[in-house]
Amino acid sequence: MKRWLGPALVAPAFAYIALLVGLPVVLSLYLSVSDARVGSDTTSFVGLANFSAAVRTPSFRAALAHSFLFTVVSQALVIVGATLLALSLKEAFRGRGLVRFLVLLPWVAPISLGAIGWKWLLDSLYSVVNWVLVAAGVVSAANPPMWLGEPRLAMLSVVLVHTWRTLPFATVILLAGLTSIPRDIPEAAAVDGSGFWRTHLSITLPMIRPIALVALLFGVVFTFTDMTAVYILTRGGPADATQVLPSLAFFTGILGGDLSAGAAISLFLFPLLLLGAVVLLRIAHRSEVT
Amino acid sequence: MAVVATRALTKRFAGGENAVDGVDIESRDGEFLVLLGPSGSGKTTVLRMIAGLEEPTSGEVWIGGRIVNRLTPRERGIAMVFQSYALYPHLSVYDNIAFPLKAQGVPRGEHEAKVGWAAEKFGIVRLLGRKPRELSGGERQRVALARALVRQPQVFLLDEPLSNLDAKLRASAREELQKFQKEIGTTAVYVTHDQVEAMALGDRVVIMDHGRVRQVGTPAEVYDDPADTFVATFLGSPAMNLLERDGVVLGFRPEHVRAGAGAEGAARFRVRCDLTEYLGSEQLAYGTLQDGGWEGREIVWRFPSWEAAPPEGSVREVFVERGRLRWFDAASGLRRAAP
Repeated sequence: MKRWLGPALVAPAFAYIALLVGLPVVLSLYLSVSDARVGSDTTSFVGLANFSAAVRTPSFRAALAHSFLFTVVSQALVIVGATLLALSLKEAFRGRGLVRFLVLLPWVAPISLGAIGWKWLLDSLYSVVNWVLVAAGVVSAANPPMWLGEPRLAMLSVVLVHTWRTLPFATVILLAGLTSIPRDIPEAAAVDGSGFWRTHLSITLPMIRPIALVALLFGVVFTFTDMTAVYILTRGGPADATQVLPSLAFFTGILGGDLSAGAAISLFLFPLLLLGAVVLLRIAHRSEVT
Repeated sequence: MAVVATRALTKRFAGGENAVDGVDIESRDGEFLVLLGPSGSGKTTVLRMIAGLEEPTSGEVWIGGRIVNRLTPRERGIAMVFQSYALYPHLSVYDNIAFPLKAQGVPRGEHEAKVGWAAEKFGIVRLLGRKPRELSGGERQRVALARALVRQPQVFLLDEPLSNLDAKLRASAREELQKFQKEIGTTAVYVTHDQVEAMALGDRVVIMDHGRVRQVGTPAEVYDDPADTFVATFLGSPAMNLLERDGVVLGFRPEHVRAGAGAEGAARFRVRCDLTEYLGSEQLAYGTLQDGGWEGREIVWRFPSWEAAPPEGSVREVFVERGRLRWFDAASGLRRAAP
């Protein structure tokens, strides 16, 4: 009885990971080295042909560049913004509970809802953002910016919306890190003559660096593999200006029916992300402080 | 060097009673002043208000002849050693000690000499390259002291700096701390709940309870002439014997109880010995008084370990010299003259 109870209790977790994560990974690995297409009933092994074909297309190379831009800029904004937010939310002030709730809201609310809200905020005709900018006299009413229609603005928009969406999670992680620092430490720094900036730049932020690295790792891996903001706001457009690898893989493999090419595109960054994850975890482990 | 003083210092935390209630204390220049009290007596809160880490609800803090209520901790010219030591875990010992110099804008060229000087004072030069987690408790405490010393503050504030050390280390650390304070001659305010520490270290001891000062005096004064029954029972282990009758409390220390009849004017008792304890350096006896209107009251007394212990159940005559008797008012607990 006892011999089976442990495995039996762990089994659902294993089954869950195997069916919902393991199987799709294995399946896409298989698809990426085959010539499978929607509608064809025979598949054969083609080696790395799908990968080399993908690399040769301009749209893939553009999406790869966009993916890096999208990830680096949004996560840089997130880590800076989350640090500032966490430092503010750690202090006691009237209404802190409400502000903490509001900060968490983008993360708790369904992303489709949030992104559709943004779609309307940035809409070419009904944009609330433009209405405010026009009223403030920043842009002209005759020629307002097309937030989702001009390549650079569209990229800016998806980056900002994705930043908005991933900021709360990083903030919560950093806030937890800051809260775990004993009160004595910043107090000792204050008595030692250190002001606000020095206390945080030399003492508290370096102390939470391991946990900040973990937050960054999550953000980077999540952003490289996520297409929600792009899919809902621009569908990769205009003219592939915001196309990232996950959305390209989706349009190629699912909507375009080229399963093997889609699988190859989606797996392209897998080794890189795996390596990144290992490196970041090692850094986090090494700089661990007690 | 500077005098530290508080005037009617009061702290009320949200929704509570006064944690500190009108405290007036004044150190002398270069003095080692100990705040002693049970937990919750407000001694640490007083220290934190002197440091500027806690804002007083009312009252004043004076350091070096000026009111510092509105000054930040860094402007007060103080150094503090925390109970946890509060070393910066990601910095080496050298950088920990150099941090106050950096923070206060001491020219970079002077850092090495000053850190070396402070490290040498505490014999931790060989540890300068290590991280705090690689140090023992005693070593951490020395690093914390060196960090406090390095910028030569006007006042040292110490919050139970020995309480995280094991008993053996504590005695030697206590001795070192005392030598060090005498050597540099800087005013120190030291918080502890340990009466042995307070008696050993303090030039004067401030005894606090429930946010108020009960007595200020040299260790001998507060021990020999307690101002009230709280001080009488808080100091000394076992505490002073207190016997109440007719609205008056008679007090005497266990070590002042001696066998025999004693001289004229001594308080004499017949006591039945109920229990004895052999403690190595001394012995304690617990007994019940038999006559003189004190029947049934229990007392404890102390005698050398080389003397034969009274057999349990035996009754003997003991006395306390007149000069050793202390009288208190039963209602207020305050000292009063002999009836």
